Amino acid sequence: MSTAETVRKIVATHGKLPVDVGTIADDGDLYSAGLSSFASVQLMLAIEEEFDIEFPETMLNRGTFASIASIAKAVDTISAEQQAA
Amino acid sequence: MDAQTSFLDKLFDRGLLHSSGVDGLYARSGAFEDVIRRFEDYVLKIGEDETSEAMVFPPGMTMADFETSGYMKNFPQLAGTVHAFCGDHHGHMGLLECMATGKDWTEGQKRTDLALTPAACYPLYPILARRGALPEGGVTVALQSYCFRHEPSKDPARMQMFRQREYVRVGNADEAIAFRETWKRRGKEIMDALQLPAHVDVANDPFFGRAGKMLGASQREQELKFEMLVPITSSENPTACMSFNYHMDNFGKAWGITRADGEPAHTACVGFGLERLTLALFRHHGLEIEDWPDAVRATLWG
Repeated sequence: MSTAETVRKIVATHGKLPVDVGTIADDGDLYSAGLSSFASVQLMLAIEEEFDIEFPETMLNRGTFASIASIAKAVDTISAEQQAA
Repeated sequence: MDAQTSFLDKLFDRGLLHSSGVDGLYARSGAFEDVIRRFEDYVLKIGEDETSEAMVFPPGMTMADFETSGYMKNFPQLAGTVHAFCGDHHGHMGLLECMATGKDWTEGQKRTDLALTPAACYPLYPILARRGALPEGGVTVALQSYCFRHEPSKDPARMQMFRQREYVRVGNADEAIAFRETWKRRGKEIMDALQLPAHVDVANDPFFGRAGKMLGASQREQELKFEMLVPITSSENPTACMSFNYHMDNFGKAWGITRADGEPAHTACVGFGLERLTLALFRHHGLEIEDWPDAVRATLWG
């Protein structure tokens, strides 16, 4: 399963979105789809657990969690850095 | 000696504040309180025509409303809850034993229905919710409360118990945002009239932990909170003496405050840190009120 597909599954279970995640494109804006600040925190924690990563403070902002694609990109970046380290 | 301790000592020496032995908990002198009263009168006059009603809250709120506010989730490090002895005769004997032998007597304390109010506007929301739908055009309430935040500090501008005076606008999104913009402008006019060097900047609340970093960044990016910053004990880190907040419909939904059209209310508030504003005046105009600039005295004392 690609990173984006896994992220999509986690958004479905933790994003508390009022719409079906299947209707949102990978680059679709999650905030305009109804992602609240509090749900985005839950999402962040669930993603850290799933991928066994820790978001650096510089990535803890709205931009990182704006879309499934942006989350997947952040996850891949952090994973690559953790493997390189 | 750093600037914070030095200013605090000056306030003690002049008798404007009195030490309790615990950082952030001080008695206020008559002169200090007079400035607070005059400032409140001045601010109340400015918003008089738009205010629906006034309320003053005690320093505690119900534990249930405290929980609804979300404060414990977001700021556990700052919160204070009230616990009390609820035991019987045997419990009392145990308590006396502990106190006599210097053991921790607080272990038997049980939670009460009260928490210390962390933000002056929280007790308002459940009251409004219980009244049913808001009138057309919403309401604007002038309120004041003592607040508690557990952050002991030598900085006199960071007290553990202090007062916030607020105006709270409860209505739709446009009304709440317009209210906040109006008060940002008025806030600067107030600071100019008081001849205090101040500027408005976007801000975030001190949310706890890593989740808090995310919430704080999100609050900033959405420009939900602005502060009026004035140097008091540091020019690099000026103190927030006023804040201008838009809560969206968070509190409307949390407490079930509905508008006349049945939708959840949006809320905004402007908060004046009464002790901080008073400290800013003493810091910039001197510890002798008689020596303050005439225009400042005229603004406050008329």
